[in-house]
Parts: sequence; C-alpha cells; structure tokens
Amino acid sequence: MPPLVSSGVGIPWVTASCTPLRTPIMAASAGELPTSGYTWAGRTRERASTLRMRLAEKDGWPRPPFRSCACYWLDPSPPSFPPPPSHGSPGALALALLLPGLALQRSELLHREHLRVRTAERKAPRPRAKMSELRQRLGREPDGAQEPEEKESESENKLDGETASDSESKSEFGGAPPAPTSDDTPEVLNRALSNLSSRWKNWWVRGILTLAMIAFFFIIIYLGPMVLMMIVMCVQIKCFQEIITIGYNVYRSYELPWFRTLSWYFLLCVNYFFYGETVTDYFFTLVQREEPLRILSKYHRFISFALYLTGFCMFVLSLVKKHYRLQFYMFGWTHVTLLIVVTQSHLIIHNLFEGMIWFIVPISCVICNDIMAYMFGFFFGRTPLIKLSPKKTWEGFIGGFFATVLFGLLLSYLMSGYRCFTCPVEFNNDSNSFTVDCEPSELFQLQEYNIPLVIQSVIRWKTVRMYPFQIHSIALSTFASLIGPFGGFFASGFKRAFKIKDFANTIPGHGGIMDRFDCQYLMATFVNVYIASFIRGPNPSKLIQQLLALRPDQQVHIFNTLKAHLVDKGMLASSEDA
Amino acid sequence: MAGLRRRGAGDKDVVLGEKCGDLDLRNDSDIPAVPPSTDSTPEILKKALSGLSSRWKNWWIRGILTLAMISLFFLIIYLGSFMLMLLVLSIQVKCFHEIITIGYRVYHSYELPWFRTLSWYFLLCVNYFFYGETVADYFAMFVQRREQLQFLIRYHRFISFTLYLTGFCMFVLSLVKRHYRLQFYMFAWTHVTLLITVTQSHLVIQNLFEGMIWFLVPISSVICNDITAYIFGFFFGRTPLIKLSPKKTWEGFIGGFFSTVAFGFIFAYLLAQYQYFVCPVEYNSETNRFVTECAPSELFQIQNYSVPPFLQDVLGRETVNMYPFQMHSIALSTFASLIGPFGGFFASGFKRAFKIKDFADTIPGHGGIMDRFDCQYLMATFVHVYITSFIRGPNPSKLLQQLLVLQPEQQLNVYKTLKSHLTEKGILQPPLRG
Repeated sequence: MPPLVSSGVGIPWVTASCTPLRTPIMAASAGELPTSGYTWAGRTRERASTLRMRLAEKDGWPRPPFRSCACYWLDPSPPSFPPPPSHGSPGALALALLLPGLALQRSELLHREHLRVRTAERKAPRPRAKMSELRQRLGREPDGAQEPEEKESESENKLDGETASDSESKSEFGGAPPAPTSDDTPEVLNRALSNLSSRWKNWWVRGILTLAMIAFFFIIIYLGPMVLMMIVMCVQIKCFQEIITIGYNVYRSYELPWFRTLSWYFLLCVNYFFYGETVTDYFFTLVQREEPLRILSKYHRFISFALYLTGFCMFVLSLVKKHYRLQFYMFGWTHVTLLIVVTQSHLIIHNLFEGMIWFIVPISCVICNDIMAYMFGFFFGRTPLIKLSPKKTWEGFIGGFFATVLFGLLLSYLMSGYRCFTCPVEFNNDSNSFTVDCEPSELFQLQEYNIPLVIQSVIRWKTVRMYPFQIHSIALSTFASLIGPFGGFFASGFKRAFKIKDFANTIPGHGGIMDRFDCQYLMATFVNVYIASFIRGPNPSKLIQQLLALRPDQQVHIFNTLKAHLVDKGMLASSEDA
Repeated sequence: MAGLRRRGAGDKDVVLGEKCGDLDLRNDSDIPAVPPSTDSTPEILKKALSGLSSRWKNWWIRGILTLAMISLFFLIIYLGSFMLMLLVLSIQVKCFHEIITIGYRVYHSYELPWFRTLSWYFLLCVNYFFYGETVADYFAMFVQRREQLQFLIRYHRFISFTLYLTGFCMFVLSLVKRHYRLQFYMFAWTHVTLLITVTQSHLVIQNLFEGMIWFLVPISSVICNDITAYIFGFFFGRTPLIKLSPKKTWEGFIGGFFSTVAFGFIFAYLLAQYQYFVCPVEYNSETNRFVTECAPSELFQIQNYSVPPFLQDVLGRETVNMYPFQMHSIALSTFASLIGPFGGFFASGFKRAFKIKDFADTIPGHGGIMDRFDCQYLMATFVHVYITSFIRGPNPSKLLQQLLVLQPEQQLNVYKTLKSHLTEKGILQPPLRG
C-alpha cells in the first residue's frame, strides 16, 4: 500500500479550487499514488472526494485533510472545513464505518472506488446532496459564476445560521452522514431543554451561557485587579492557542519538528518582554529593592532580545528540506497572532492600571453593542448590513449604536461614584498588594454642564450634573458601536476564509474564546491610544526613573530647563535658588 | 502566469497549486516558480567582459558591482546624515516592494481589488507613525516653533491609529467573496513584511542619530563578514556549514569571524578619531541642517589598557592605547559574524520555500536589494538594543518633551525629586540659606 505520507495527504478537491481552469491537480500524495500519468482534468471534485475519504480512512480522523497552504484561495464553493480535531471524533468513526476497505493500491482500484463513492454520494442524505449538486453544476458549467455564488451565499447563510446542528452537519466531510455535532453543552442543560424545539434550545443555551459569562465577569471584578490581570493573561493564552490550532489545522503541521515548541516559546518571549516593561513601570520600588530583579530590569531589553534571537535561530536550524514553505507560513502565522493577541492584551492591562473603569466601561460597551444590535436586528431587522455577515442589519447597527451610547452614559455614571473603579491601580510596597485609593481626579468629579438649547426643549432642564468622564464614555461607546463591529467582520472573514464555523468549541453555544473577544481587541487599542492622547500624559514615576538614569550633565540641563519652565508658569518663585 | 498554466497542463501532474505547496516528495527542480531571470547587466559591462568565460564573467560582474556599491556608500557617507536617512528610507521602500511582489506572485493576487493600494497605504501609515516618533524626539526645537506641527505631535499616536484603522476598515470592506483566504494571506504577508523591514529600518535611523559610527561599523562588519567568509570558503572551504546554504563552509565561517573581528577593531580605531563620525547627530534649528559637533564622550577618548599577560608576549607591550569603543566593536563584530548569518539563512530558507532564486533583479549579479540587506536587519536591531542597554540611557530631549507635557503639580514633583537627587550627588550647590 503506498504509504500516505503523514506530511502530505493532499486534498485535491481543495487544490482543485485553486485552478478554475481545472488543470490537472497534483495529488498531494503524488509520491504515494502510482504515477500512471492519470490526470484529473475535469474530474476534480470526484477525485477530491475519493482521495479525501481514502485519506480519512487511512489516516484516521480527525486528521484534517488539508495539506498545503495557499492552495485554497480561489474557492467557488468547496465544502467547508471540518471541525477542529481537538473535539472528539465521532465523524471519524462514522467515516470508518461507512467506507470500509477502500483499497488504495492501484489507480484502477482508485477509479472503481471513485465510481462507487459517487454512487454512494448520490444516495447520501441532504447535506451531501448539496455537494453533488455542486459537482454536477461544475460538470455542466465550468465557469458558472452565478450559481456557485448563490450556493455559497446559501452555505454562508447556513454557516451563520441559528442552528448549530445544521451548520455543523454542513461543515462535515462529504460522504459522511451528518456527524453528530460535538455538543459540549453540559448534560444538565441538555436535559432541561430537551423538550424545546431545536431553535429555541440553541437560543436558550446561548442565553444561559451569556448570563454565566457576565456573572463570572462581575465576580472577577469583585475579586480585584490582580485576578483581572490573571484572567486577561489566561484569555490571551487561550486565544493564542485557538488561532495557532487553526493554523496547524490549515497547514497540517502537527508533525513538523519543533514547531509547537517554537510557537509557545515565542509567546513566552513576547509576554516576558511586555510584562517586564509593565512591571518595571508600575512596580518600580519593588524592583529596585530586589537585586536580581534590578539587574533583570536594567538589561531587560537585551535579555528579551537574546531570548527572541534564540527562538529565531532555532527556527532557522529547524528548517527541514521539504517543509520550508509550511514552516515559513507557520512562522508568519505565529507572529501575526502574537501581534494581534499579545500586544493588545497588554494594552488592556495598561488600561486596567489606569483605573478599572477604563477597563470595564469599554468591555461592557462592546458586549452591550453585541446584545443590543442582536435584539434590534431580531425585532426590526430588515436591511442587510454587509455581505460578510448576512445576519447583521442596518436597523440592528443603528439601534445598537444609540442603545450603547445610552448604556455607556448610565454605566459610567454609576461607576464614577466609586473610588475602587476610578483610581489608578497602584502597588503598595508595604502591604505587597494592589490598592485603589486616591483622590478622584477632575474627570470623576461631578460638574455642572449647560444643556445645549436643542435638547433643552426635550429634557426641560437648564443644566445637568455629570461627570466629565461621561463625555469620554460617549466617545468610547461610539467607537465600540461604529468601529468595533469591524473587528467582528474581520473575524467573520477570517472564519470564512479558512472555512471554520467557530474558532473553537470552548463555550457551548458561543464557540471559542476568540469568538467572544474579537471585537474587544480593536477596542482595547483604541482606549489605550485615547488615554495616552487625551487623558493622561506620560507616567511621572517612569519619567523620574529615566531621569535618574541620565548622565549628570544631561540631568543638569533638564533641571535648568524645567526650572525655567516652572518659573514661567509661576509655579516656582524665581528667587528660589538652584 | 499563462506559462505556468501551460506547464501545469502538461503531462506532469503538477499544477499551479503545487508550487505553493511544500509537499515535495520529489525534487523541487521540476518547476521554476518564477519566469527565468532577466539579465539586467548593462550592455557596457557585457561588451567589456565578453571575452571571458562564463564563470569568470559572473565573478567579475559581481566584483564590479560590489565595488560600485561600496563607492556609492562612501559617497553617501560623505554627503552627510540627511542623505543617509534618505538612503535608508529608499532601501526600506524597495525591500518592502520586493517582498510584496513575491507575495503577489505566490498568491496570484494581482487582480485583487484594492490590495496593492492597501499594502502601500499600510506602509505609509507605519512609516508616518515611526517618523513622527523620531521627529518628535530629535527635532524638538524645530517642532516647538510651528503650531500645526505641535498639534500633530501632541496627538500623533491618535492620528496614526486613526490612519491605520481606516486602512483596516477598508480591508474589511474590500473582502471579496471568493478570495477571502487570499486576501487574508496578503494582509498577513504585508504586516509581517512591515514588521521586518520598516521597524528595523527605523532602528537603523535611530542608531544613526546616536552617531554615524554606530551605523557604519555594524554595516561594514556585516559586509566584511560576507566577503571574507566567501574568500576563506573559496580558498579553504571543505566542510559544509548548513544544509540550507550548501555553499557555506565552516572554514569560511570561522575565518570570516576572526577577520571580521580584526576588521571591526581596526575600522573602529580609524573612525573614532573624527568628530564627524562620533558625535550624535543633532539638528541645528538656526542653520536648519544636521550638525555633528560635540565633545567626544568617554567612549571615544583614548585610554590606557593593560594587556593581559598571555598576550604580552605576542605584542611585546604592557599597555596599549585604545578607544573603549573598540571593545564594543568586538561585541558588534562577533554578533555580525556569528548571528548575522542566521538572517542570511532565514532569507535563503525563504527563497527556497517560495522557489525563487533571488528576491528581485535590481542589482546585476547580486539579485535584489533584499538579498544584500538580509543580514543587516538582525544587526540593526541588535545594535539598537545594545545601545539602549549598555551605552546610553534614555534620550534627554524626549524626556524633556514628556516632562513639559505633564500636569504642573507633577512637574513640580519631578523638579523637587531631581533637585534633591542632584544636590545629594553634589552636582548642584545646596540652596543658600538666608
């Protein structure tokens, strides 16, 4: 039996999609398949499904059939990606049962197999029928642009559809009966909701999980900044893991030497670098006290760079002759993921240190926008918003915008009264814990504002007492509802591009952690830039630290300039001696 | 592309998709992934060298171009720091262009709407961000005078972020139904390229501002390592170094290491004597030009070092006069010869992965600009990290600028802390009583 080399079981139906002209596809398994000059021009899909099944049976599900990388780009409407392999393999069993004894030896056998499969497919239940329709259509009309588009939009509708079970069956491998959805819903919920119809059941599952997550969020807030930091860190690691797993699936790089190690090593390096910078800023006194910490922080950049270089050199040394491109792709994938996930989680932590309100209000605005837009769309939705996400509507978008702005105003009003939310988080050296205790800044003191005449007629007040922070919250909510959704569209496009329904199956009914946090990332960066630009200046303690590291003549120069400046401003008596 | 399709439609069951797959269980010599390289050697050279055999001809072309590039380099150095900055900028843009073109070819994304525009737009955004940060630091005086620039500087991050966001939203809106994956790939490709080329070119410029010697010595060390490793490999090469680059040998590697360290040492000695190279580049707002004039720091003043005993017999001296900078140059040269080549291996692996011989055909005999600069990038980052960790502290003018932005109470606070610190150190006279 020609060995289906683990590193290369091609999915011709995928590679077929690269070639709208249907030039012969090289079987990924070109080495394994007997090269009898058998070309597959015109038989792309059938060949694809055959090989796919062979592979699955030979390799054992849940090995995803993908092998190569950029081969999937031009996709009329290939079947969607099988679910990630980390979630059980009922499909594998089904496949193995359904397609026993596929002889893989010779091309004639292959051919017979292919015929047999095609007949089986014609008899397959509905989801499979879609694929055969596609094949027939392709057979009739090689470049029928219309119908594939229709089909694809249908399939996309399906993907976005309410019912998890439907879309998951669609995403299954062809030839298999709809594999039972890998249903992570706990048994309790299943039983409680067993008598409802499938659609409502899904809605309830989502609702319950939403409430559970929100309750969890409140608990964490109650527990304090340290726990929040740890949660952000865990979420970051989980998101990284989800995206990297998708990359592994797409590129079949499980078996590449070193690669998993290297990805996690890079994650560690970048986290070390960022945490080092944060720690040095905020825990300045603590760091100065401990000798090893002081050295680590003084040469922090150099150490981080050396760590990163080590990883880089290991990568170069680990390049294996036949897998160069794959390895480079994974390298690029890892770095882009790090850029997105890790940098922005650290920006979240910076926001957190600024004051918990800067962490809570943006996140709640994004969540509120999600929920409100969904509600408005549910009740009033009519005009589709963007082709990428067919379920989103303009009514939902605009309704969500107004509702979010209102919600932001209310929430910030509620929270601005409490010191524990508005004060910057500081590390108390004596008690070795985080404290949030301070004089509320101007931003969080009630002030009188004159209502513009336009609204005076509506509200019939002349002035209103508000916190200045509420004005900022309007800006934050506006961003969350107008630009935040682009992060969601980006993630939707990403999922479509790689033919996955969800990033993972971590949260029942919702998908992976990344699904919940895709809009948050843009928001975190925006809040950080907003704070740095409009709210606070540089961090004074960090400045002092840098000042003390300068050379004496530079220090004197700065001292004199500062003195002149302060005297100008009248803060210092000019008679004060140097 | 048509040629590729024709080839693909041939009897070999290879396809467009194949060349982007690495499932090579066979030799990858079947398909050249790119059209045969166009020979851009100027006519004049060809005529002059027409009499020589092919191998020597290639060698001569390379040699002549090497000399041409080195002379161009010297010329630019003579012209000053501003020209150097412009040179770095143009090299960065060309490298970006080369890598993006490879991405286009690999993914056949010429026909995608918007994508070329978006790639160049992102390049512009990131450059704007970085130049804004640099300009704000070094041209503080220049900026203070003009109102519009003040506004731009103060809200610089916000403006850069807005520009980037616009590009991001345009990308999301430009996603076309059947080309999602391709577009995402190109998006990621663009970002990784930006990360590599643009960030590091700005680190090069920051090194330059530290003093031209910090720019010249690392770059020359890398070039010297390339050349001497090649020469040593040519004459003594026997044991292959790494499978990625079969032409490199251990003899070349080690020989190159020693000669680069020696070269760096001597070159640093030569350059450290001139203020032009040693002083940080500053912008003189009156004359509106860059000046490099200063009292040389300790690093560039000759000091007496005692030679370690085991070297005393060799050198026959007990002490030697050296610049402290030469010690640093040893570290820089060591990095250039030991770790720098990894950048070259990375680029070789990249070229193998995507089955290209050279990044582009810009320089006859040498390939693209990226081919010449692949080792430089790691070096630039290393020098920058080295400088910030071991040589200088933070940038005083930047600090001053940040100080002036603080709240008045915070400024007072900082003033008092600084004052007490300086008084303690005895740099400031204690306040007179009475």
